[in-house]
Amino acid sequence: MPRIVLFLLSGIIFGAGLALSQMIDPARVVGFLDLGGRWNPALVATMAGAVCTTALFYWLARRRAAPLLGGDCLAPMPTRIDTKLVAGAAIFGAGWGLAGICPAPAIAVSVLNPAALLFLGGFAAAMVIMRRLNRR
Amino acid sequence: MTVVSLTPLDWLLSFSGGILIGLAAGIMMLAAGQVAGISGIFQKALSGRGEAVVFLLGLPLGAGAVSGIMGMATPEAFAAPWRLVLAGLLVGAGSYLANGCTSGHAVCGLARFSKRSLVATIVFISTGMAVVAVVGGVS
Repeated sequence: MPRIVLFLLSGIIFGAGLALSQMIDPARVVGFLDLGGRWNPALVATMAGAVCTTALFYWLARRRAAPLLGGDCLAPMPTRIDTKLVAGAAIFGAGWGLAGICPAPAIAVSVLNPAALLFLGGFAAAMVIMRRLNRR
Repeated sequence: MTVVSLTPLDWLLSFSGGILIGLAAGIMMLAAGQVAGISGIFQKALSGRGEAVVFLLGLPLGAGAVSGIMGMATPEAFAAPWRLVLAGLLVGAGSYLANGCTSGHAVCGLARFSKRSLVATIVFISTGMAVVAVVGGVS
C-alpha cells in the first residue's frame, strides 16, 4: 500500500473515532473538565479505548525491526521533564478548557460546524509565530 | 459535584470511538513508524509534507461520514468567537512548547508508558479543569 493511502485511511479512521465518541462536541470535553459541576465521565472511556488499542499496536511495532511499509523506526523521543514541558502543557490546558476543543477534533468538526475554523486560525497562527521565534 | 449518568449505549460509543482512534494511531506506528500526534502532523503539513496534509484531510472525511451515517446531531456548543481564537492561540503555543497535544501525549505518549507524557497529561487536564471552574462552560 502506498504511504499516502495509509495516511489518508488513518486520518479517516481517526476522524471516525472522534465523531463516534462525540469528542468533536465541545460540550463533551467541557463536561469532562467540569469536575465541580456536572461531570461527564465519557472521555475516560474514550481515552481508555484509545490508549489500550494504541499500546497493543506499539507493542507489535516494537517487536519488528522496521515498519511494515519500510523506512526507519521511530527515533527515540525526548524524555526530559522540564519547565518548557510543564509550562507548555499548562498553557495548552488553559486553551483546551476555554473552548472545549483541541486540534484533532477541531479539524475533524470543521466541515460540520465552521466555527471550529476560528480556533484553527488561532492554532495555526500560534504555530507559525512560535516557529519564527524559535528560528531566531 | 454531580456525575452525568450515561446510558450503556453512550459508554459503548465513547469506548468504540476510542478504539478507532487507537487503531488509527496504531496503524501509523506499525506501518509507517509515525506518532499520530496531531500538532506534530500539523507542523509537518505546514512544512508542505503531502502525507501529513492527506492525514489531516482524512479527519473531517471520517467524522463527516460517521455523523452522516449515524444521524448524529451537529455539535453546536461552540464558544464565542473571541474565546475560540484565544483558545486556538493558547493551544497552539502550548502544544508547540510541550511537543504535543491530546493525541501526542494523552494517547500515543501514554500508550508507550512515557513519564514525560504522563506529566503533560496530568498538567493539561488540571489546568483545563481549573479554567472551566473559573470561566464556566462554553455556552
